[in-house]
Amino acid sequence: MPRATLLDPQGQAVEHALKALGFAEVERVRVGKHLVLDVEAATDAEAAARARAMCDRLLANPVTEDFDVAVRTA
Amino acid sequence: MHRVAVVVFPGSNCDADTLDAARAAGSDAYYVWHRDTSLRQADIVVLPGGFSYGDYLRSGAIARFSPIMAAVTAHARAGGPLLGICNGFQILCEAGLLPGGLMRNARLRFLSRPVRVRVEATDTPFTCLYEKGETLEIPIAHGDGRFVADPRTTAELEATGRVVWRYVDDNPNGSTNGIAGVCSAGRNVVGIMPHPERRCAPALGSPDGARVFQSMEARNATQHAPDVRAVGEHHLRV
Repeated sequence: MPRATLLDPQGQAVEHALKALGFAEVERVRVGKHLVLDVEAATDAEAAARARAMCDRLLANPVTEDFDVAVRTA
Repeated sequence: MHRVAVVVFPGSNCDADTLDAARAAGSDAYYVWHRDTSLRQADIVVLPGGFSYGDYLRSGAIARFSPIMAAVTAHARAGGPLLGICNGFQILCEAGLLPGGLMRNARLRFLSRPVRVRVEATDTPFTCLYEKGETLEIPIAHGDGRFVADPRTTAELEATGRVVWRYVDDNPNGSTNGIAGVCSAGRNVVGIMPHPERRCAPALGSPDGARVFQSMEARNATQHAPDVRAVGEHHLRV
């Protein structure tokens, strides 16, 4: 997700389109990426820790992006 | 004559123009494939423009982990001159060799057209033959060219004269403070979004970009670092 303090032109474009369709309640839209990873791990906590390490290393750029990790057991 | 390594990534598309521009300036320029691990005694390294790895994930995010990048990083850490043009600039930001990052153009469109930039710093290995304040016309060709940095980093870049080029008249991509190019604290690593290699002869529209490459060849190009040669994976000061 682009960092909250940075201009997100994609989010603005989507926000304008939603408002044009009558969704006046929309206050802000931000557009980011959603990556789905299948990970082998003993526990949810371990899977989350590994995913966070992947975000720190490659998947997110801390200068321009924030990230959240959610784990779902298969 | 300096040895100039032009690193080729899968998806680089300005590598040939960059090699030609360096050769036209008198350098002994050659390609290094991204899977190589040696820069082959390069004096200067250039990461050219293009779309390495299809810009997947983020521009430059995957290329920064290419095998050659260990040698590129060692070269930069030893004070060796390193230039990133467009996608090369994006790779250097992703690699942490330059501050900030490059995001989607503010108006979302891919832009391919000439822009005007002012030379703000001439004490780098790539701008020493320009006059400070000189205005150049050089083309941009990017979708992710909006330079951003947190306010503290931006203030530091401005206070220490590390903004090397700035858009004038019109800020095409919405970059912070109109920044078009920056350098590292050591001033040996430089990134630029416009393409100087595409304007380096009158036949190409103007020679405005040629002095980037001529500066590399100038004897005192490495003002803040002694002449550094990468020998194998080691660096010798000569």
